[in-house]
Amino acid sequence: MAVVFALPVGALLMRSASDPVWGLQNFRSLWEEPVYASLIRNTVQISLATTIGCILLAYPFAHVMATQPRLTRLLTLVVLIPFWSSILVRSFAWMVLLQNNGIINESLLWLGVIGQPLELIFNRTGVLIGMVHVLLPFVVFPLYGSIRAMDPALMPAAACLGAGPVRAFLRVQLPLTLPGLATGAVLVFVMALGFFITPALLGGRRDAVIARMIQLQVSQLGDWGMAATLSLVLLVATLLLLGASQLLVRSPARRVAE
Amino acid sequence: MSTPVLELRGVGKRFGQVVAVTGVDLTLDKGEFISFLGPSGSGKTTTLTMVAGLQKPTEGSILLNGQDVVPLPPYRRNIGVVFQHYALFPHMTVAANIAFPLQMRKVPRAEAGQRVEAALKLVGLPGFADRLPSQLSGGQQQRVALARALVYEPPLLLMDEPLGALDKNLRAQMQIEIARLHRDLGITVLYVTHDQEEALVMSDRIAVFNHGRIEQIGRPQALYERPATRFVAGFLGDSTFLAGRVQTLADEKAVVQTAHGVLRGHAATGLRVGGAAIVAVRPERVALLGADDAPRDNTVQGRVSDVIYLGQSRKYVVRLEDGAELLGLQPVGAAGVALSEGAEVRVGWTATDCNVLPAG
Repeated sequence: MAVVFALPVGALLMRSASDPVWGLQNFRSLWEEPVYASLIRNTVQISLATTIGCILLAYPFAHVMATQPRLTRLLTLVVLIPFWSSILVRSFAWMVLLQNNGIINESLLWLGVIGQPLELIFNRTGVLIGMVHVLLPFVVFPLYGSIRAMDPALMPAAACLGAGPVRAFLRVQLPLTLPGLATGAVLVFVMALGFFITPALLGGRRDAVIARMIQLQVSQLGDWGMAATLSLVLLVATLLLLGASQLLVRSPARRVAE
Repeated sequence: MSTPVLELRGVGKRFGQVVAVTGVDLTLDKGEFISFLGPSGSGKTTTLTMVAGLQKPTEGSILLNGQDVVPLPPYRRNIGVVFQHYALFPHMTVAANIAFPLQMRKVPRAEAGQRVEAALKLVGLPGFADRLPSQLSGGQQQRVALARALVYEPPLLLMDEPLGALDKNLRAQMQIEIARLHRDLGITVLYVTHDQEEALVMSDRIAVFNHGRIEQIGRPQALYERPATRFVAGFLGDSTFLAGRVQTLADEKAVVQTAHGVLRGHAATGLRVGGAAIVAVRPERVALLGADDAPRDNTVQGRVSDVIYLGQSRKYVVRLEDGAELLGLQPVGAAGVALSEGAEVRVGWTATDCNVLPAG
């Protein structure tokens, strides 16, 4: 582990301070050049939006999966089959579906819902659709576990005590499934930060993200120093988030477990 | 007559082809404690969940204080429910659990605090307000669940096998306590159980469920001493059943011809002369007869096949001539015939102590 992983990563990260010459010039340009600020902003925005999208889709999905035993197997397959297939294949599939003369636009035009094709691809919409699709299982499964772990009598009990569906959800189910939700959300956010293929294939030219810039720096500009600096930023942000989430997720979980 | 707290009229529930409950009629007066007693799958819990509003009946109506509540969701019915596994909210303290229904009813904070405290005192748990449910024993959790269901003073309290998960001693203690709460607070209770002793201890009336319908409803003593069907006689306490054919019927008395001679007993409804009947007799009503004892209304002979020591009493099995078995109960220390396995004995019981029931 130390040799095959830590060593190359360490060597790469070293370059942030040593390439092309020793010093902090790479970090200075990260700070000073506006392109990097907008890069980081894009990445965080896309990651946040992906996370929110995943939560909104995954919660009802996981809820049905956990509470309707007859649908559990089917819904599990619905999530897992795309999960097992290549990310590249899935991105190309989305390209087929989302392009201007793709199935979605053609059907909507034919139905008369829209007058001209929607811009669904090669912009942020495309990136979000693709990323939510890829990352959805990471929220669905922890959430499914959390909902399954809940005593099935709790929601009926809340209803009998006078809580309508919304209040029962907010006061009982949401707090009890928060650990699962948080685990999934952090996972998705962290993975979204380093996403590369989907934004590259489905995203627009101006909507660059960090991971894509790293690739660009290395393969086209040959600027290993800057690539290393961006990698370091990504790695540190990821570690910080994971650490913080450990604290957050554990505290309510521990209270319940005791 | 004031309006009954709860009235069920022809309530039924079907799941596809399966009939879970059918034709349940019942009225529950203010302050009454009624138990639904029956084996699992007899429809008692389904009936309770329909009253609570967690399931909708497929037929019939449910009236709470004269108002049809079938269209109302559970959170608009204002009924208290205690679940079998308590269903306490694990992420809330005891106090927060009990305050939950008060918050839903927008009771001001200060008043809610006082009522939570009073409810905890009522169930004997003062000082437990800040614990989490997981830090309590089963019996304590049960009390919290009870406090949570009582704190908003619902007109009707439903309890679904609330003592099922407790051990025997604790169960007996909780039975007495629930009976005390019922008496002191004058609450109306609908209690579901499969434990006949529990039903006998606490109830004003018992409704015996079987195959989705109420088989018989009445006061515990009436049900025990005058069961209307073979199922009730067998489910509530022990009974020996001897099959025969009705010879005469008069003044609620029946004479039945059986393989063991002519037997006499109290006639249940649904009998006809010449029809098949079952004579049901309780073990504790059977007396061992000595050689000098005069025969009783009903006397049979047989051989003692088993004697089981139960502490307070001995249970014995008399094998009759045709192989039928008759259960008897003899108090330990009672004077009279000594019991030994293999002995030829004569046993008898009076006509009023036994019931003649329709067969089938």
